[in-house]
Amino acid sequence: MQIRFWGTRGSLPAPLTTDAIRVKLAAALTAAQNMKLETPAAIDDFIAQLPFSVSGTFGGDSSCVEIIDSEGTHVLCDLGSGARRYGTEMLRRYGPKQPQTYHVFMSHPHWDHIMGFPFFTPAFIPGNRILIHGCHDGLEAAFRRQHGAPSFPVDFNQLPASIEFVQLQPGVSADIAGYKVTPLLQRHAGDSYGYRFEKNGKCVVYSTDSEHRTENSAETEAFAAFFRNADLVIFDAMYSLADAVSVKEDWGHSSNIIGVELCQLAGAKRLCLFHHEPVFGDVQLEDILRQTRRLEEITRDGAPLEIISAWDGLVIDL
Amino acid sequence: MEVGVERRENAKVIAVKGRIDHLNASVFHEQLIPHLQHCRSDGDSIVLDLTGLDYISSAGLRIFMIAAKQARAQGGRIAVAQMQALVQEIFEISHFHLVYEIFTTTDEAVAALGRQAETAGA
Repeated sequence: MQIRFWGTRGSLPAPLTTDAIRVKLAAALTAAQNMKLETPAAIDDFIAQLPFSVSGTFGGDSSCVEIIDSEGTHVLCDLGSGARRYGTEMLRRYGPKQPQTYHVFMSHPHWDHIMGFPFFTPAFIPGNRILIHGCHDGLEAAFRRQHGAPSFPVDFNQLPASIEFVQLQPGVSADIAGYKVTPLLQRHAGDSYGYRFEKNGKCVVYSTDSEHRTENSAETEAFAAFFRNADLVIFDAMYSLADAVSVKEDWGHSSNIIGVELCQLAGAKRLCLFHHEPVFGDVQLEDILRQTRRLEEITRDGAPLEIISAWDGLVIDL
Repeated sequence: MEVGVERRENAKVIAVKGRIDHLNASVFHEQLIPHLQHCRSDGDSIVLDLTGLDYISSAGLRIFMIAAKQARAQGGRIAVAQMQALVQEIFEISHFHLVYEIFTTTDEAVAALGRQAETAGA
Protein backbone atom coordinates (compact mmCIF):
# COMPACT_ATOMS: atom_id res chain seq x y z
CA MET A 1 0.00 0.00 0.00
CA GLN A 2 1.18 3.53 -0.81
CA ILE A 3 -0.15 6.90 0.26
CA ARG A 4 0.27 9.90 -2.02
CA PHE A 5 -0.46 13.42 -0.80
CA TRP A 6 -1.97 15.76 -3.39
CA GLY A 7 -3.01 18.47 -0.94
CA THR A 8 -1.87 18.93 2.64
CA ARG A 9 -2.77 22.53 3.58
CA GLY A 10 -5.56 23.29 6.02
CA SER A 11 -8.48 25.67 5.59
CA LEU A 12 -7.31 27.46 2.45
CA PRO A 13 -4.73 26.88 -0.31
CA ALA A 14 -1.49 28.72 0.38
CA PRO A 15 0.62 29.12 -2.78
CA LEU A 16 4.34 29.75 -2.48
CA THR A 17 5.21 33.36 -3.26
CA THR A 18 8.05 34.84 -5.29
CA ASP A 19 9.49 36.36 -2.12
CA ALA A 20 9.54 32.94 -0.46
CA ILE A 21 11.27 31.39 -3.48
CA ARG A 22 13.93 34.14 -3.44
CA VAL A 23 14.64 33.40 0.24
CA LYS A 24 15.12 29.71 -0.63
CA LEU A 25 17.40 30.57 -3.56
CA ALA A 26 19.50 32.88 -1.43
CA ALA A 27 19.87 30.21 1.25
CA ALA A 28 20.82 27.57 -1.34
CA LEU A 29 23.36 29.84 -3.06
CA THR A 30 24.87 30.79 0.28
CA ALA A 31 25.23 27.12 1.17
CA ALA A 32 26.79 26.44 -2.26
CA GLN A 33 29.69 28.84 -1.77
CA ASN A 34 33.03 27.06 -2.06
CA MET A 35 31.28 23.87 -3.22
CA LYS A 36 32.36 22.12 -6.42
CA LEU A 37 29.09 21.63 -8.27
CA GLU A 38 30.40 20.74 -11.69
CA THR A 39 28.15 17.81 -12.59
CA PRO A 40 24.38 17.21 -12.43
CA ALA A 41 25.02 14.42 -9.91
CA ALA A 42 27.00 16.77 -7.67
CA ILE A 43 24.19 19.31 -7.87
CA ASP A 44 21.61 16.63 -7.01
CA ASP A 45 23.68 15.48 -4.02
CA PHE A 46 24.04 19.08 -2.85
CA ILE A 47 20.30 19.71 -3.12
CA ALA A 48 19.57 16.47 -1.25
CA GLN A 49 21.53 17.60 1.80
CA LEU A 50 19.83 21.00 2.02
CA PRO A 51 17.07 21.42 4.62
CA PHE A 52 13.67 20.59 3.11
CA SER A 53 12.53 24.15 3.77
CA VAL A 54 15.25 25.28 1.34
CA SER A 55 15.15 22.52 -1.28
CA GLY A 56 11.39 22.04 -1.30
CA THR A 57 8.05 23.21 0.04
CA PHE A 58 5.29 21.63 2.06
CA GLY A 59 2.95 22.95 -0.59
CA GLY A 60 -0.20 24.88 -0.85
CA ASP A 61 -3.10 22.71 -1.99
CA SER A 62 -5.89 21.83 0.39
CA SER A 63 -6.72 18.30 1.56
CA CYS A 64 -6.57 15.45 -0.94
CA VAL A 65 -4.89 12.11 -0.21
CA GLU A 66 -4.68 9.04 -2.44
CA ILE A 67 -4.51 5.45 -1.21
CA ILE A 68 -2.78 3.23 -3.76
CA ASP A 69 -2.73 -0.56 -3.88
CA SER A 70 -1.37 -3.13 -6.27
CA GLU A 71 -4.82 -3.78 -7.74
CA GLY A 72 -5.11 -0.34 -9.29
CA THR A 73 -8.25 0.81 -7.47
CA HIS A 74 -8.66 4.58 -7.23
CA VAL A 75 -9.26 5.73 -3.65
CA LEU A 76 -9.13 9.32 -2.45
CA CYS A 77 -9.73 11.04 0.84
CA ASP A 78 -11.31 14.47 0.38
CA LEU A 79 -11.51 16.66 -2.69
CA GLY A 80 -9.64 19.80 -1.70
CA SER A 81 -7.75 21.80 -4.28
CA GLY A 82 -5.15 19.00 -4.55
CA ALA A 83 -7.78 16.97 -6.42
CA ARG A 84 -7.18 19.15 -9.49
CA ARG A 85 -3.64 17.84 -10.00
CA TYR A 86 -4.77 14.29 -9.19
CA GLY A 87 -7.45 14.54 -11.88
CA THR A 88 -4.93 15.86 -14.39
CA GLU A 89 -2.65 12.91 -13.64
CA MET A 90 -5.54 10.47 -14.17
CA LEU A 91 -6.28 12.09 -17.55
CA ARG A 92 -2.62 11.79 -18.52
CA ARG A 93 -2.55 8.15 -17.41
CA TYR A 94 -5.85 6.89 -18.86
CA GLY A 95 -6.89 9.49 -21.44
CA PRO A 96 -10.55 10.13 -22.15
CA LYS A 97 -11.37 6.67 -23.55
CA GLN A 98 -10.64 4.32 -20.65
CA PRO A 99 -13.47 4.69 -18.11
CA GLN A 100 -12.36 4.40 -14.49
CA THR A 101 -14.10 4.07 -11.12
CA TYR A 102 -13.10 6.44 -8.33
CA HIS A 103 -13.95 6.02 -4.64
CA VAL A 104 -13.81 9.21 -2.58
CA PHE A 105 -14.17 9.31 1.21
CA MET A 106 -15.25 12.67 2.55
CA SER A 107 -14.24 13.83 6.02
CA HIS A 108 -16.83 16.60 5.79
CA PRO A 109 -18.15 19.10 3.25
CA HIS A 110 -16.37 22.25 4.41
CA TRP A 111 -15.19 24.30 1.47
CA ASP A 112 -11.48 23.46 1.63
CA HIS A 113 -12.37 19.76 1.37
CA ILE A 114 -14.65 20.01 -1.68
CA MET A 115 -13.20 22.96 -3.60
CA GLY A 116 -11.18 20.76 -5.98
CA PHE A 117 -14.22 18.95 -7.36
CA PRO A 118 -15.27 21.58 -9.95
CA PHE A 119 -11.78 21.11 -11.45
CA PHE A 120 -11.68 17.33 -11.02
CA THR A 121 -11.15 16.12 -14.59
CA PRO A 122 -12.60 12.61 -14.10
CA ALA A 123 -16.02 14.20 -13.47
CA PHE A 124 -15.94 15.65 -17.00
CA ILE A 125 -15.26 12.33 -18.77
CA PRO A 126 -18.26 10.25 -19.89
CA GLY A 127 -18.13 6.66 -18.70
CA ASN A 128 -16.25 7.43 -15.50
CA ARG A 129 -17.96 6.41 -12.26
CA ILE A 130 -17.34 8.48 -9.13
CA LEU A 131 -18.63 7.18 -5.82
CA ILE A 132 -18.50 9.77 -3.06
CA HIS A 133 -18.73 8.06 0.33
CA GLY A 134 -19.51 9.90 3.53
CA CYS A 135 -21.54 10.01 6.70
CA HIS A 136 -23.12 13.47 6.29
CA ASP A 137 -26.74 13.70 5.23
CA GLY A 138 -26.10 16.91 3.31
CA LEU A 139 -23.04 15.82 1.36
CA GLU A 140 -24.66 15.78 -2.09
CA ALA A 141 -26.34 19.13 -1.46
CA ALA A 142 -22.97 20.68 -0.60
CA PHE A 143 -21.44 19.47 -3.88
CA ARG A 144 -24.43 20.63 -5.92
CA ARG A 145 -24.44 24.06 -4.22
CA GLN A 146 -20.77 24.55 -5.11
CA HIS A 147 -21.53 23.91 -8.79
CA GLY A 148 -24.59 26.14 -8.86
CA ALA A 149 -24.75 29.70 -10.18
CA PRO A 150 -23.31 32.14 -9.37
CA SER A 151 -20.46 30.11 -7.85
CA PHE A 152 -19.51 28.01 -10.91
CA PRO A 153 -20.51 28.01 -14.59
CA VAL A 154 -21.00 24.24 -15.01
CA ASP A 155 -24.03 22.93 -13.16
CA PHE A 156 -23.65 19.61 -11.32
CA ASN A 157 -26.31 18.04 -13.59
CA GLN A 158 -24.15 18.79 -16.63
CA LEU A 159 -21.22 16.67 -15.42
CA PRO A 160 -20.85 13.74 -17.87
CA ALA A 161 -19.49 11.18 -15.38
CA SER A 162 -21.79 9.03 -13.28
CA ILE A 163 -21.63 10.47 -9.77
CA GLU A 164 -23.14 8.60 -6.84
CA PHE A 165 -23.29 9.50 -3.16
CA VAL A 166 -22.96 6.58 -0.76
CA GLN A 167 -24.11 6.99 2.83
CA LEU A 168 -21.87 5.37 5.45
CA GLN A 169 -22.61 4.90 9.13
CA PRO A 170 -20.09 5.97 11.78
CA GLY A 171 -18.69 3.01 13.66
CA VAL A 172 -19.96 0.54 11.05
CA SER A 173 -17.31 -1.10 8.85
CA ALA A 174 -17.96 -1.54 5.14
CA ASP A 175 -16.12 -3.43 2.40
CA ILE A 176 -15.38 -0.90 -0.35
CA ALA A 177 -12.90 -1.30 -3.19
CA GLY A 178 -11.35 -4.21 -1.36
CA TYR A 179 -10.76 -2.20 1.81
CA LYS A 180 -12.38 -2.63 5.19
CA VAL A 181 -13.40 0.98 5.83
CA THR A 182 -14.52 2.16 9.26
CA PRO A 183 -15.71 5.76 9.80
CA LEU A 184 -15.54 7.51 13.17
CA LEU A 185 -17.36 10.68 14.26
CA GLN A 186 -14.96 13.53 15.11
CA ARG A 187 -15.38 16.85 16.92
CA HIS A 188 -15.65 19.63 14.31
CA ALA A 189 -18.22 22.27 13.40
CA GLY A 190 -20.95 20.38 11.54
CA ASP A 191 -19.17 17.10 12.42
CA SER A 192 -16.36 15.40 10.57
CA TYR A 193 -15.46 11.74 10.14
CA GLY A 194 -12.17 9.93 10.22
CA TYR A 195 -11.64 6.74 8.20
CA ARG A 196 -9.68 3.62 9.04
CA PHE A 197 -8.68 1.66 5.92
CA GLU A 198 -7.47 -1.93 6.23
CA LYS A 199 -6.30 -4.23 3.45
CA ASN A 200 -3.83 -7.11 3.13
CA GLY A 201 -2.57 -6.63 6.69
CA LYS A 202 -1.89 -2.89 6.25
CA CYS A 203 -3.78 -0.06 7.88
CA VAL A 204 -3.94 3.69 7.32
CA VAL A 205 -6.10 6.12 9.29
CA TYR A 206 -7.18 9.43 7.77
CA SER A 207 -8.21 11.71 10.63
CA THR A 208 -8.35 15.38 9.78
CA ASP A 209 -10.40 18.32 10.98
CA SER A 210 -10.75 16.77 14.38
CA GLU A 211 -10.46 18.50 17.74
CA HIS A 212 -9.53 16.26 20.63
CA ARG A 213 -10.43 16.75 24.27
CA THR A 214 -7.93 14.55 26.00
CA GLU A 215 -9.44 15.38 29.38
CA ASN A 216 -12.27 13.08 28.28
CA SER A 217 -10.75 9.65 28.92
CA ALA A 218 -13.47 7.75 27.07
CA GLU A 219 -12.94 9.90 23.96
CA THR A 220 -9.18 9.45 24.19
CA GLU A 221 -9.51 5.68 24.50
CA ALA A 222 -11.94 5.62 21.54
CA PHE A 223 -9.45 7.40 19.29
CA ALA A 224 -6.59 5.23 20.54
CA ALA A 225 -8.67 2.19 19.53
CA PHE A 226 -9.39 3.78 16.13
CA PHE A 227 -5.65 4.35 15.57
CA ARG A 228 -4.66 0.97 17.10
CA ASN A 229 -1.53 -0.52 15.49
CA ALA A 230 -2.03 1.57 12.34
CA ASP A 231 0.87 1.64 9.92
CA LEU A 232 0.14 5.31 9.35
CA VAL A 233 -2.07 7.92 11.01
CA ILE A 234 -2.70 11.07 8.96
CA PHE A 235 -3.49 13.61 11.65
CA ASP A 236 -4.76 17.18 11.86
CA ALA A 237 -1.87 18.99 13.59
CA MET A 238 -2.84 22.50 12.58
CA TYR A 239 -2.26 24.38 15.84
CA SER A 240 0.15 24.46 18.73
CA LEU A 241 -1.37 22.87 21.83
CA ALA A 242 -1.39 26.23 23.64
CA ASP A 243 -3.50 27.75 20.85
CA ALA A 244 -5.73 24.68 20.54
CA VAL A 245 -6.77 24.85 24.21
CA SER A 246 -7.12 28.62 24.42
CA VAL A 247 -7.78 31.15 21.65
CA LYS A 248 -8.55 28.42 19.09
CA GLU A 249 -10.58 26.15 21.34
CA ASP A 250 -13.70 24.92 19.51
CA TRP A 251 -12.17 25.78 16.13
CA GLY A 252 -12.20 22.06 15.37
CA HIS A 253 -8.52 21.25 14.97
CA SER A 254 -5.76 19.60 16.89
CA SER A 255 -2.04 19.75 17.61
CA ASN A 256 1.16 17.79 17.08
CA ILE A 257 1.28 17.06 20.83
CA ILE A 258 -2.05 15.25 20.85
CA GLY A 259 -1.13 13.41 17.67
CA VAL A 260 1.96 11.98 19.36
CA GLU A 261 0.06 11.07 22.51
CA LEU A 262 -2.77 9.29 20.70
CA CYS A 263 -0.41 7.41 18.39
CA GLN A 264 1.73 6.35 21.33
CA LEU A 265 -1.36 5.13 23.18
CA ALA A 266 -2.48 3.31 20.04
CA GLY A 267 0.86 1.70 19.21
CA ALA A 268 0.75 3.23 15.72
CA LYS A 269 3.91 3.00 13.60
CA ARG A 270 3.89 6.38 11.84
CA LEU A 271 2.29 9.75 12.51
CA CYS A 272 1.93 12.13 9.60
CA LEU A 273 1.30 15.78 10.51
CA PHE A 274 -1.35 17.09 8.14
CA HIS A 275 -3.74 20.01 7.48
CA HIS A 276 -1.00 22.59 7.90
CA GLU A 277 -1.93 26.05 9.11
CA PRO A 278 -1.95 28.28 5.97
CA VAL A 279 -0.08 31.12 7.68
CA PHE A 280 2.91 28.86 8.41
CA GLY A 281 5.84 28.98 6.01
CA ASP A 282 8.17 26.12 5.22
CA VAL A 283 10.72 27.03 7.91
CA GLN A 284 8.02 27.05 10.59
CA LEU A 285 6.54 23.73 9.43
CA GLU A 286 10.02 22.19 9.39
CA ASP A 287 10.56 23.45 12.93
CA ILE A 288 7.27 21.89 14.05
CA LEU A 289 8.39 18.58 12.54
CA ARG A 290 11.71 18.77 14.39
CA GLN A 291 10.00 19.60 17.68
CA THR A 292 7.45 16.82 17.22
CA ARG A 293 10.20 14.27 16.61
CA ARG A 294 11.91 15.49 19.77
CA LEU A 295 8.67 15.18 21.76
CA GLU A 296 8.26 11.60 20.53
CA GLU A 297 11.83 10.85 21.54
CA ILE A 298 11.59 12.22 25.09
CA THR A 299 8.16 10.70 25.80
CA ARG A 300 8.74 7.32 24.12
CA ASP A 301 7.63 4.35 26.19
CA GLY A 302 7.83 1.46 23.76
CA ALA A 303 8.52 1.10 20.06
CA PRO A 304 9.53 4.30 18.24
CA LEU A 305 6.83 6.27 16.45
CA GLU A 306 8.06 7.63 13.13
CA ILE A 307 7.04 11.26 12.64
CA ILE A 308 6.48 12.63 9.13
CA SER A 309 5.14 15.95 7.95
CA ALA A 310 2.97 15.77 4.84
CA TRP A 311 3.87 17.77 1.74
CA ASP A 312 2.19 17.97 -1.63
CA GLY A 313 3.74 15.16 -3.67
CA LEU A 314 4.95 13.05 -0.75
CA VAL A 315 4.58 9.29 -1.22
CA ILE A 316 4.73 6.97 1.78
CA ASP A 317 5.22 3.21 1.32
CA LEU A 318 3.52 1.12 4.00
CA MET B 1 0.32 12.47 41.20
CA GLU B 2 0.60 14.37 44.48
CA VAL B 3 -0.05 18.02 45.29
CA GLY B 4 1.35 19.83 48.33
CA VAL B 5 0.74 23.44 49.33
CA GLU B 6 2.99 25.76 51.29
CA ARG B 7 2.53 29.49 51.99
CA ARG B 8 5.59 31.65 51.26
CA GLU B 9 5.15 35.39 51.84
CA ASN B 10 2.09 36.39 49.81
CA ALA B 11 2.27 33.36 47.53
CA LYS B 12 1.01 29.84 47.67
CA VAL B 13 3.65 27.43 46.46
CA ILE B 14 1.92 24.39 45.04
CA ALA B 15 4.29 21.47 44.57
CA VAL B 16 3.22 18.91 42.00
CA LYS B 17 4.83 15.48 41.95
CA GLY B 18 4.56 12.50 39.63
CA ARG B 19 2.76 12.46 36.27
CA ILE B 20 -0.26 14.36 35.02
CA ASP B 21 -2.00 12.72 32.09
CA HIS B 22 -5.48 12.11 30.72
CA LEU B 23 -6.20 9.68 33.56
CA ASN B 24 -5.65 12.12 36.43
CA ALA B 25 -5.79 15.65 34.95
CA SER B 26 -9.30 16.20 36.31
CA VAL B 27 -8.11 15.24 39.82
CA PHE B 28 -5.29 17.77 39.51
CA HIS B 29 -7.81 20.39 38.42
CA GLU B 30 -10.05 19.70 41.43
CA GLN B 31 -7.09 20.10 43.76
CA LEU B 32 -6.15 23.39 42.12
CA ILE B 33 -9.61 24.98 42.12
CA PRO B 34 -9.72 26.14 45.78
CA HIS B 35 -6.36 27.89 45.40
CA LEU B 36 -7.24 29.45 42.05
CA GLN B 37 -10.30 31.07 43.59
CA HIS B 38 -8.00 33.09 45.87
CA CYS B 39 -5.53 33.99 43.14
CA ARG B 40 -6.79 37.55 42.70
CA SER B 41 -5.39 41.05 42.53
CA ASP B 42 -6.05 41.35 46.28
CA GLY B 43 -5.23 37.73 47.08
CA ASP B 44 -2.48 35.15 46.83
CA SER B 45 -0.14 34.62 43.95
CA ILE B 46 0.45 31.01 42.89
CA VAL B 47 3.81 29.43 42.15
CA LEU B 48 3.58 25.94 40.71
CA ASP B 49 6.71 24.16 41.93
CA LEU B 50 7.34 21.47 39.33
CA THR B 51 10.51 19.98 40.82
CA GLY B 52 8.82 16.62 41.24
CA LEU B 53 6.74 16.64 38.06
CA ASP B 54 8.09 13.85 35.86
CA TYR B 55 5.69 14.13 32.91
CA ILE B 56 2.74 16.19 31.77
CA SER B 57 0.42 15.34 28.88
CA SER B 58 -1.83 17.59 26.84
CA ALA B 59 -4.67 16.93 29.28
CA GLY B 60 -2.49 18.23 32.11
CA LEU B 61 -1.35 21.23 30.10
CA ARG B 62 -4.98 22.08 29.44
CA ILE B 63 -5.45 22.44 33.23
CA PHE B 64 -2.42 24.76 33.29
CA MET B 65 -4.14 26.85 30.60
CA ILE B 66 -7.40 26.98 32.55
CA ALA B 67 -5.46 28.04 35.65
CA ALA B 68 -3.58 30.80 33.81
CA LYS B 69 -6.77 32.15 32.23
CA GLN B 70 -8.68 32.15 35.52
CA ALA B 71 -5.85 33.79 37.46
CA ARG B 72 -5.43 36.53 34.87
CA ALA B 73 -9.16 37.15 34.63
CA GLN B 74 -9.16 37.73 38.38
CA GLY B 75 -6.10 39.99 38.25
CA GLY B 76 -4.00 37.34 39.97
CA ARG B 77 -0.46 36.18 39.26
CA ILE B 78 0.64 32.63 38.52
CA ALA B 79 3.99 31.19 37.44
CA VAL B 80 5.87 27.92 37.24
CA ALA B 81 9.27 27.13 38.72
CA GLN B 82 11.97 24.47 38.89
CA MET B 83 10.86 22.40 35.94
CA GLN B 84 12.69 19.22 35.08
CA ALA B 85 14.36 19.34 31.67
CA LEU B 86 11.81 16.98 30.09
CA VAL B 87 8.83 18.99 31.32
CA GLN B 88 10.48 22.22 30.20
CA GLU B 89 10.87 20.78 26.69
CA ILE B 90 7.21 19.75 26.64
CA PHE B 91 6.30 23.30 27.70
CA GLU B 92 8.33 24.76 24.87
CA ILE B 93 7.12 22.35 22.17
CA SER B 94 3.51 22.96 23.15
CA HIS B 95 4.15 26.74 23.33
CA PHE B 96 3.19 26.92 27.00
CA HIS B 97 6.40 28.88 27.63
CA LEU B 98 4.46 31.71 25.94
CA VAL B 99 1.63 31.31 28.46
CA TYR B 100 3.58 31.03 31.73
CA GLU B 101 6.40 32.93 33.31
CA ILE B 102 9.05 30.29 34.01
CA PHE B 103 11.51 30.66 36.90
CA THR B 104 14.59 28.62 37.64
CA THR B 105 13.84 28.44 41.36
CA THR B 106 10.78 28.74 43.55
CA ASP B 107 12.49 31.51 45.57
CA GLU B 108 12.93 33.59 42.40
CA ALA B 109 9.30 33.05 41.46
CA VAL B 110 7.98 34.06 44.90
CA ALA B 111 10.16 37.17 44.89
CA ALA B 112 9.20 38.16 41.34
CA LEU B 113 5.47 37.73 41.89
CA GLY B 114 5.81 39.70 45.13
CA ARG B 115 7.47 42.58 43.28
CA GLN B 116 4.76 42.50 40.60
CA ALA B 117 2.12 42.69 43.33
CA GLU B 118 3.83 45.73 44.87
CA THR B 119 4.05 47.43 41.48
CA ALA B 120 0.37 46.77 40.93
CA GLY B 121 -0.40 48.22 44.34
CA ALA B 122 -1.95 45.04 45.65
